[in-house]
Amino acid sequence: MVGATRSDRLTTAGGPSAARRLGGVANAVALRLAVLAGFLVVWQLVTTASGSIFFPTPVEIVERLWQTVFGGQGTPILDHLVPSVARLLGGWTIGSLAGIAVGLAVGASGRLRDYLDPLIHFGRAIPPPALLPLFLVLLGLGDVMKVAMIAFGIVWPVLLNTIDGVQSVDSQYLDTGRVYGATRADRLLRIMLPAAAPKIFAGLRISLSIAVILMVISEMVAATNGVGFLLIQSQRTFRMLDMWAWILLLGILGYVLNTALLAVERRVLRWHQGARRGADT
Amino acid sequence: MSATSPRSQVLLDVDHIGHVYGRGGRAEHVAIRDCSFQVRQGEFVSIVGPSGCGKTTLLRCASGLLQPTDGGVSLGAVPVAGVPRDLALVFQDYSRSLFPWLTVRRNVDFPLRHLGLAKPERAARIERSLDDVGLAGAADKYPWQLSGGMQQRVAIARALAYEPAVLLMDEPFASVDAQTRADLEDLMLAVWERHASTVLFVTHDIDESVYLADRVIVLSSSPASVVAEIEVGLPRPRDQIETRSLDAFVALRAEVARLIRAPRRA
Amino acid sequence: MPASWKVRTGQVVAQAPSSPRGARLRRGLTGAAVLFAVLEVLTRADLVDPRYLPPASKILATTGSILVDPEFLPEVLGTLRAWAVGMVLAVLVAVPIGILLGSSQKVYVASRALVELLRPVPSVALIPLAILLFGRGTDMKVALVVYASVWPILINTIYGMHDVDPVAKDTARGFGLGRLAVVARVSLPSAAPFVYTGIRVAAAIGLIVVVSTELLAGGSEGIGTWMLARSASGGERELVYAGTIVAGLIGLGLNALFVLGDRRWFGWHQRARGDE
Repeated sequence: MVGATRSDRLTTAGGPSAARRLGGVANAVALRLAVLAGFLVVWQLVTTASGSIFFPTPVEIVERLWQTVFGGQGTPILDHLVPSVARLLGGWTIGSLAGIAVGLAVGASGRLRDYLDPLIHFGRAIPPPALLPLFLVLLGLGDVMKVAMIAFGIVWPVLLNTIDGVQSVDSQYLDTGRVYGATRADRLLRIMLPAAAPKIFAGLRISLSIAVILMVISEMVAATNGVGFLLIQSQRTFRMLDMWAWILLLGILGYVLNTALLAVERRVLRWHQGARRGADT
Repeated sequence: MSATSPRSQVLLDVDHIGHVYGRGGRAEHVAIRDCSFQVRQGEFVSIVGPSGCGKTTLLRCASGLLQPTDGGVSLGAVPVAGVPRDLALVFQDYSRSLFPWLTVRRNVDFPLRHLGLAKPERAARIERSLDDVGLAGAADKYPWQLSGGMQQRVAIARALAYEPAVLLMDEPFASVDAQTRADLEDLMLAVWERHASTVLFVTHDIDESVYLADRVIVLSSSPASVVAEIEVGLPRPRDQIETRSLDAFVALRAEVARLIRAPRRA
Repeated sequence: MPASWKVRTGQVVAQAPSSPRGARLRRGLTGAAVLFAVLEVLTRADLVDPRYLPPASKILATTGSILVDPEFLPEVLGTLRAWAVGMVLAVLVAVPIGILLGSSQKVYVASRALVELLRPVPSVALIPLAILLFGRGTDMKVALVVYASVWPILINTIYGMHDVDPVAKDTARGFGLGRLAVVARVSLPSAAPFVYTGIRVAAAIGLIVVVSTELLAGGSEGIGTWMLARSASGGERELVYAGTIVAGLIGLGLNALFVLGDRRWFGWHQRARGDE
């Protein structure tokens, strides 16, 4: 970054490199589609050939899912999808907000960090599913238990990433804040928070995956509705096709949520991608 | 508008300050030792010294970012404890001066939020200062879209919009190439004259220190102390080619160079 | 399955230098002690129903006692055994395939596409399937661990192979090394830290998968099974809490081992990376 060019030209994209990049993007998309298609074809062939009841063909699975969602067969899918998503998002939001808030405070204060460090490390080390019996004991079988467990399970990646992000805030940003009269609250919310945002979002993405897992497990063990419940029920009633349809549903749900989060991240962190790209030139 | 009468009011008073890092521990490091100088209203004073001598520590103490272990600093007769409201500081590393998540406009606006100004006044100040540094059209860009020299100009604009009584600058042009540096030096002089501000400018570049200033404070090598203060009587406005070819300029820079290389006085 | 469970706790303190070790230790212990004291007071003073939250002292005592309980230890070993076998199999499968796949640029891009496709399905969703296929024994646990662990190891191996500095490879070829030798002596050592990270991530995932399956499927020996039984029985709640603490201790232990290994074997990599 040293030695800026003489003419203060703005760094603009354009010319032959842009065209090359566009061609590259088109290639990547085509490759993705090709891989997807190839994978499906192979899967279809293998399952048709084996004829095992445990592994229905992709075509059958998609058909089954379609039927349940649009064909009005069996219980309406929304009766299960809505509670699942509600628990998931409820727990994830609560846990994320708590993780960010505590992470900001702990990251900014060396002393607080010293006091809480061992507790945080221990909390992080507990495998989230091991919390299930604990929460069953504390809160019973209802939705509160599930939301609480999800929140408690996902707070750790968010917390740790937030602390990491705040700790790695460039000291010159903070000095600038001090020079120009920023209060402590200002430094926390207007400097540390935006500066730590990329790492915070990384933590949020990780915690979203964990939230899905905890939602599924809690619904498998202690629920009468939800995607997890559908999964375990199909196992008990030996309905293989249904089970695969729910697996597919879960995959779609995970994909949609992840894509949504990525879209939000891309918008909020527009400046970061630009800055990183600039640093590479 | 150079410092005319010697009776100009003393704005920044650095009084026998010293700073020791890690005092009492095993790895004590004396960064500055017994430095005293004053900066008067309207002056452009530069501080020059060899690399690593403690110039940045000195500036940080003068600005209030760092509490010196010995001595004290006063701004307008008020002792400095923490960064005073009437002081602004431009850092060396332009890539870390501006907040990358804010546009240029919002970056310049950042210090103004605490001044209790009305919105139209803030907007006017931002426009004026960006205009002053020649970046009127860049208000809605992000720092990564600007070159290094332009980013540093935005940092200067931000300091100007804040309208501080004294402007401290820590080797602000050290990281840009020579030609950009020349442009920025002239920009700095133009801005200083237009606003009748007071500037304390730290640099390791001897030529730059003489070219810009009314007075040059020469520091020794680590631990830094004031070796000499040299009046620069060169005529203003300064010119990159004309001024630098003057005999007086050559003599002054030689004097400064000699002082820097001389062994420390006992 | 989750992209990465690994969270970097960077100790790079950008602001004030961190306190000396003695102070940090003291404060950490103080923090833990305060939590202990608060919980103890809450339960002893009956502010919280002691049936749901036994006093902290009782929990700690119970933890100590089950750690030496001859009925509890086999459960722990059951969990760890399934986990370890699954991990070894996953490594044996994923690393060679990853090396092969990572050597080609096209395969690298294609594999990333495939991973994006399969990632959203969490391994826990396959537990019911695994139950039907393998029954409820250790085999099922191992199968799921293998499935869940293969992905992070595979991905990281491919990425590590892909990330090898081309200049290093060219230098080796310039000295006359054949393709195979370049792979063995340049690419593999270079990719090793990434593979290690993949294994570390997979280890955490694997542990989670084992405990999850034990909770849901029961049947075999395992911490999850043990805890589920205790939580259902209704009495002696402190056993459930103690079980959770033990699970946390196992997690801490594994993490510490991996950190040690990282420092010992890949110290060069950390130092070369420097401050990110």
